[in-house]
Parts: sequence; structure tokens; C-alpha cells
Amino acid sequence: MTTVAMDTPVASPTLKLAPRRHYLQIAAAVVVLLLAFLLAQSLATNDNMQWHIVWQYLWDEQVGRGIVTTLLLTVLCMTMGTALATVLAVMRLSKNRVLSSVAFAYVWFFRGTPLLVQLIFWYNLAALFPVLGIGIPFTSVGASVSTNAVITAFVAAVLGFTLNEAAYMSEIVRAGIQSVNIGQREAALSTGMTESQSMRRIVLPQAMRVIVPPTANQAINLLKATSLVAFIAGGDLLSAVQDIYAVNFAVIPLLVVASIWYLVIVTVASAGQYYLERWVGRGVTNFSEAAVTDQIASIEARQGGAA
Amino acid sequence: MRPMVEITDLHKSFGRVEVLRGINIAVPPGSVTSILGPSGSGKSTMLRCINHLEKPTAGAIQVDGEYVGYTRNGDTLSEISGRALARQRAGIGMVFQRFDLYAHMTAIENIIEGPIRVLGKSRTSAMEEARELLDRVGLGDRARAYPAQLSGGQQQRVAIARALAMKPKVMLFDEPTSALDPELVGEVLSVMKEVANSGITMLVVTHEVAFAREVSNEAIFMADGVVVERGDPDEVLRKPNHPRTRDFLSRVL
Ligand SMILES: Nc1ncnc2c1ncn2[C@@H]1O[C@H](COP(=O)(O)OP(=O)(O)O)[C@@H](O)[C@H]1O
Ligand SMILES: [Mg+2]
Repeated sequence: MTTVAMDTPVASPTLKLAPRRHYLQIAAAVVVLLLAFLLAQSLATNDNMQWHIVWQYLWDEQVGRGIVTTLLLTVLCMTMGTALATVLAVMRLSKNRVLSSVAFAYVWFFRGTPLLVQLIFWYNLAALFPVLGIGIPFTSVGASVSTNAVITAFVAAVLGFTLNEAAYMSEIVRAGIQSVNIGQREAALSTGMTESQSMRRIVLPQAMRVIVPPTANQAINLLKATSLVAFIAGGDLLSAVQDIYAVNFAVIPLLVVASIWYLVIVTVASAGQYYLERWVGRGVTNFSEAAVTDQIASIEARQGGAA
Repeated sequence: MRPMVEITDLHKSFGRVEVLRGINIAVPPGSVTSILGPSGSGKSTMLRCINHLEKPTAGAIQVDGEYVGYTRNGDTLSEISGRALARQRAGIGMVFQRFDLYAHMTAIENIIEGPIRVLGKSRTSAMEEARELLDRVGLGDRARAYPAQLSGGQQQRVAIARALAMKPKVMLFDEPTSALDPELVGEVLSVMKEVANSGITMLVVTHEVAFAREVSNEAIFMADGVVVERGDPDEVLRKPNHPRTRDFLSRVL
């Protein structure tokens, strides 16, 4: 016997890597698919579902207007609410005690009272303040208008949802800002940026990584919460189908119509969330080829003039 | 000649703890000053007072003849606006122990941010200067890398380029190599040497005794919030007089 065999390995065939087979997972998938099929079949063949009515009203014009109103309310209130929330979050984190107390009190009040009560309050503002005006106290200088002329049902809804959303969103934005390392702000200040530049250019863009996922939740909640306007003004998706089934009594099919559209909108929004998360996670969680290429393309586009 | 940085009887307390207890330092233009001392002796706090990231409790700091954060009216120093303070800070570069590059921006975006937003430069000229700076710190090929894709040494070199892009009169370095793996310390120190040779005034908090001896004009030794010894780096670091200095050097060497 020699020791040569130990030093020079005998040529061996390349070894194949066999991944572990997940039998349990396959079995579970089969069971789930089977259950889904049975459910789908029982719904599809159930005459009480009245699928022809569902199909007919899916493309109804009144339903379409409801979708538009719902989307408009959601986008408008989410945008304005988030803008106000950012201001509130910065106030809350400010060293200025007055600003941070005001922000605290705002959140305390608008989170602490029911949304429906807030909506009804704005709708009935005229009962409390019949005239809205601006002017200099103790003089006759100023201008005023009748409250009912300004606060239409739609304006009341926008006010109510925006102010309420701002309270919840400000806590999300605050958590986002606090998630960004203090060193980022100090580095920005040390290069001569003002506090507000450092907030806008350095801190908030990085806070977005933490802010976006719960914000998508909020937006989806708001989308469905807009159906509360049924109590004051109507016009949204849920009110539209309610108006229809109040006449033809096809309650279930019309609720299915509304649900289908809500699901469609939420699905589109979730896809948007996926891409938004990839974008705001750049440099931290996302180095995918695509993201870096996008980034390079956008830098090059911006330097376009230079080259 | 008027000092570039002049610190007069600087005191700083956090709550009831007095961290700086009367610091007096004057640094001539173009000089390199190394600041050494045990952890907790107040080196970072002093450096952060120079660009007003910390507000002094008492005393005054002048950079190039201007009171940082204040304007003088007779016997009082009145606090200036945030905008005016930002303008002063633009002339004082700082390099941090943890690099603190903007994590959502590529190396070159980190560098052009200040020149564009603060100095109002065009993107074109900012990019051009940023490329030169990246070449200067040896990272010409890493312009499009995000900080997380760079080694610590590379990140710190980008951070130095970011500070230099503002064309500051003074550069402050707070333990720029302490967070680095030993094999990466050299590349950062050699960039710092090159910056020192370019004639910019530097204050460097460091534990790198060899660097302090080779590059700096003066060494300052701090302990418990006061300067205990200062002078020619060779003298202070080779034959320290004060027992605290001797004790410290025997531990870091
Ligand atoms: N923001 C702060 N709040 C309270 N104490 C602080 C703060 N910053 C620093 N200190 C304290 O001040 C002392 C000096 O800290 P520092 O200047 O960081 O020392 P060095 O840089 O020399 O290690 C330490 O005891 C530290 O705990
Ligand atoms: Mg320190």
C-alpha cells in the first residue's frame, strides 16, 4: 500500500445535486386546488347567485360612475391626507414643544373619534357655523360665505376622510422617519443642507422603505371605507349597487358586482405597491439587475444634456 | 496670521454631565491637527461643536474669523438663522466614523447632492467635478455603486470625496478608520495624506499614532474634557510628559 491514492483523488464522476422533494407541499396544493374547484363549482352552478344579473350589472353605467367616485375619493383623500400627515409627523418630531403638542393633539382627536361621526359632523357643519368667513377681529374688514354653499356632500366627504387619514398616516410617516439612522441627517447638515433639505432629499426618501407597505394597507382600507359616504352623500361604488338593489332586490348579485370591482382595484393597487417597494428599497434591499439598470438609465437621462 | 479654527473656553454639558470643560485651541490655515485621547474624553463632541452639530453650552468657536452659529453684537453672541448656519457649515467638511453615505444614492449621486442643492451648481458641472474627485480617491470605476455594494474603505473614500466636493476651508475627521477592517485602513489614510498635502486645514480625531506623527503639524491629547498636552507630534507622541498621555500611548501602540 502506498499513500499516493490519498493525495491524488481518483477521477470521479461529477456529482449531481438532487433537491429535496417537498411531498407534503405537493399534497397540500392538491387538497387546496380540489377545495377551490368544489367551491367554484357550487357557486357557478348555484341559481341563487344569478350570474346573468352579475354579468349585466358588472358593466352598468351607474356602477361605473360609482367606481369613478370611489377612486376619486380614495386618490384625493389619500394624497392630501399623506401630505398633511408628513407635515404632522415632522411637527411631532420637532424640538419645538408647541408644534409637537399640536400634532399630538391632532392625532389624539382624529384617531379617537369614529370616522362616521367625523363625516356626519362635516356634512352638518352649517348647523354649527352657518356662515364661514375670514376677517380681522373687531373690524368690519373681511369676507364670508354661507357654509352650505361651500360644504357640499362631496366636500364634506373629502374633508372627513382626508383629516382622518392624515392622523393615521402621520404615525406611519413618523415611524418611517425614525427608522432612518440619525447619521444620515447629520451628514446632510454637515454638507450645508438646511433641516428641510435634509428631510426632503435624504431622510424622507429612505423613510419611504418603511412607509410604503403600511401606506398601501391604509389606501386599501380607505378605498373600502369610502363606502361610508353612503350615509351622507352616496355616489360611490357601494352606494351605487345599493341604489340598484333597492329597486330590483337582487341583493347578492349586486354585492358580488361591487366585490369584484373592489378586488380588481385592490389587485391593480397591489401590483403598484410591488413596484413602488422595489423603487424605494433601492440601495438597501434591492440590487436586482433591473433596478440598477433603471437607475442608471434615469441618471443618464438626467445628464442627457451633458453628454 | 489669523487662525483658521479658534476655539475659546469651550464648555459642553449633556444634562448635568460636563463633557467639555474649557477647551482652547487655535489652528493655523493649512495645518493638520491630530486629536488623540481615550474613549469618552470628548473628542467627538468637540469636533461636532466646530460645525455646530452640537450646540456649545459656553464659549466660542470661530472658523475663518466667523463665529459658528452666532453673530457678535458687542459682548453677546446671538444665534443665527438655520439658513445662515447651513451656509457656514457648507464651508466645513466632515467625515464620520460610520461613513454615513446616503444609502439610497449611488456614489456619484452622494457627491453631487451638496454642490447641486447647496452651491446651486448645474448637474453637468457637478458631475464633472464628482468624476474628478472619484478618480482622486481611486474609485473612478465605482461611480454607480450603491454604498451597500462598496467595502468600508471604499465608502469612506466616497465620503471624503463628498465632503471635498463642497470645497470646504476646513475638514473634520472623526475616527475615519476606526470602523474599518485593518487591511482597509491604509487606503483611507493615504487619501487623507493626499488631502492634507493639498493645503486644506484638517482636524483629525484618530488612534493612528503613525499617521499623526507623519502627517500632522500638531498633536493634541485630550482626557476628561480638557486638553492635557499638545505640541509637536513627534515630541508629544514619543516623549509624552503627562501621565494620561503616557498611559494612553502605551495601550494603543
Ligand atoms: N448626545 C449625547 N447625550 C448624552 N451624552 C453624550 C452625548 N454625546 C456624547 N455624550 C457623552 O459625552 C462623553 C464624551 O463623548 P465623546 O465626545 O463621544 O467622546 P470621544 O469621542 O472622545 O470618545 C461620553 O461620556 C458620552 O457618553
Ligand atoms: Mg468619538
